Amino acid sequence: MAEQGRGVRTRPAELAVSAGIAALGALMVADAYRLGIAWDLDGPQSGTFPFWTGLVMIVASLAVFATAALTPSRATFATAAQLARVAGLFVPAALFVAAVLAIGLYLPAAALMAWFMTVLGGYRPATAALSGLGMSAAIFVVFETLFLVALPKGPVEALLGY
Amino acid sequence: MENLHALMAGFAVALAPGNLGLMVLGVVLGIVIGVLPGLGGANGIAILLPLTFAMPPVSAVIMLSCIYWGALFGGAITAILFNIPGEPWSVATTFDGYPMAQQGRAAEALTAAFTSSFVGALFAILMITAIAPLVAAFALRFGPPEFFAVMFLAFASFVGLTQGSAWKTLAAMMAGFLMASVGLDTVTGQLRLTFGSAELLRGIDFLVAVIGLFGISEIMIAMEEGLAFRGAAARIDPGVVWQVWRRLPRHWVIALRSCVIGCWMGVTPAGATPASFMSYGMARRLSKDGAAFGSGRIEGVIAPEVANNAAGVAALLPMLALGVPGSPTAAVLLGGLVMWGLQPGPMLFVEQKEFVWGLVASMYLGNLASLVVVMALVPWFAAILRVPFAIIAPLILIACAIGAFTVNNAAFDLVLMLIFGAVGYAMKKLDYPLAPLVLALVLGNRTEQSFRQSLLLSDGSLGIFFSNWLAGAIMALGFLMLFWPMLVRLRAAVLARI
Repeated sequence: MAEQGRGVRTRPAELAVSAGIAALGALMVADAYRLGIAWDLDGPQSGTFPFWTGLVMIVASLAVFATAALTPSRATFATAAQLARVAGLFVPAALFVAAVLAIGLYLPAAALMAWFMTVLGGYRPATAALSGLGMSAAIFVVFETLFLVALPKGPVEALLGY
Repeated sequence: MENLHALMAGFAVALAPGNLGLMVLGVVLGIVIGVLPGLGGANGIAILLPLTFAMPPVSAVIMLSCIYWGALFGGAITAILFNIPGEPWSVATTFDGYPMAQQGRAAEALTAAFTSSFVGALFAILMITAIAPLVAAFALRFGPPEFFAVMFLAFASFVGLTQGSAWKTLAAMMAGFLMASVGLDTVTGQLRLTFGSAELLRGIDFLVAVIGLFGISEIMIAMEEGLAFRGAAARIDPGVVWQVWRRLPRHWVIALRSCVIGCWMGVTPAGATPASFMSYGMARRLSKDGAAFGSGRIEGVIAPEVANNAAGVAALLPMLALGVPGSPTAAVLLGGLVMWGLQPGPMLFVEQKEFVWGLVASMYLGNLASLVVVMALVPWFAAILRVPFAIIAPLILIACAIGAFTVNNAAFDLVLMLIFGAVGYAMKKLDYPLAPLVLALVLGNRTEQSFRQSLLLSDGSLGIFFSNWLAGAIMALGFLMLFWPMLVRLRAAVLARI
């Protein structure tokens, strides 16, 4: 395997994730404790249930942490090439979501489609752009007119009268 | 007899023209979803659920459950033709299905897979028809302590039946419970775990979580593996079907055993994926020439396909009778019940007869429709995978985004969906199970409520969970399941000592 060697090992990933879960659990437990974990007139206080589930989560994730720390392993979580491919999907997806928050769904959706078709599929930019716009138009017809579901819209859609 | 009557009325509901149309639509969508890696049953239904708000509940559940049946059938297509399991539960089908396709016996493998799927599903539906009303009638006597005990048993079973690390199962499950308690506490009116964020006031919607955890993370994994589809051609001609059908009855022992395994694993929340592996493993171990498995044995297709469909269908039994779903997809359907204004639990069988029996009847018809559609249109469905991933991937992403947005009309949910996608990717890579997280997220509030109500009844004493034989027995069984992995290890240690 040419890809092997560089990348992220399973063990550090395992340690990081379980530590993260434990930290999140600590945050939850702290907030639950603030809400109160005692007995009230109308039953257990709001924090009781999250408090105990949070504690169990911390214990479980620490057990995972300890197991991973004590077991030597050289397994790979993902190679550098694999991570690059995943980022190639996740980064455009994140930009897409950010754009949807700013200017509505239709244009970013068209752009996302066009981006993947050119970069991943090797289509000509013009073909990709037209496909993206066509898909957006199809989504518009299906959702806004057939299902009467309003999707996020921005200034460009407003210019077109929607 | 009364049930038979109710079932007949259910058939009348399911056979209404509108519902019949939705059934076929659901089946076709489901098979497409099953074929596409990255779109699964749970996630597909979660995306479409918001579109059903305006429908009558029975029509909505017929369509969505038929998506589930379709997906259970469709997973096998790509597993056999492309060696790519469209769904996790068809991984075991690839072991012998793909070699068969390579030997030019694709049609044979597909026919066997679809027929087996149907047999497994039918067995589970018959079981549901017979047992679910009894379980529900029995459960009508349940009070809050018994309900909490049932939930406890369901969640403890996850730990007991875990294949990997029990701690990871526990951590994932607790994460689900914690996410369920984010937002407004309906009992005291306090805000919990929102840390001052207005967006978290609504709480974390499980549909958004499902779309992220199952949808986005699936595409990330597909991307990581650098999917390239190369596959055998698919066409099923009637001659082959006839031949295979004539030979299938010979394997009735495997089929029956797989049905039982599937139903058992579906009712306990182990799910379709472990059921298919277990059934395949049993078939190989108990076969006279087990070594030949993996080289294209028809039994190697029958066993997992019977079991995964039986498990997938059986997962609806506890959901209908007790309100405790047996699989993530059943959990999404349960979430649907709540949204359509139905109260899940044993009262469904009393108050919503038409709904329940319409659903049960549609299971018979939906699985039959799946069998027919999938047999007739296999080449078309297989052709979907010839569409380049560069087009499929953004389409799935956009479908997920639209689905996540329409749940609450909240753009912030898209951010949550992305976060869940990244979390799901890491969890899958590190073998944290997703099912207990989703089930805990769906059932968290009801579990907590029954816990609180029980404690109110007893003035805060935990003894109430052991105060009568019913709750006590279920709790004891739950503790046994919870400590099962530990007991197994203890036994191994003791045996090693001797």
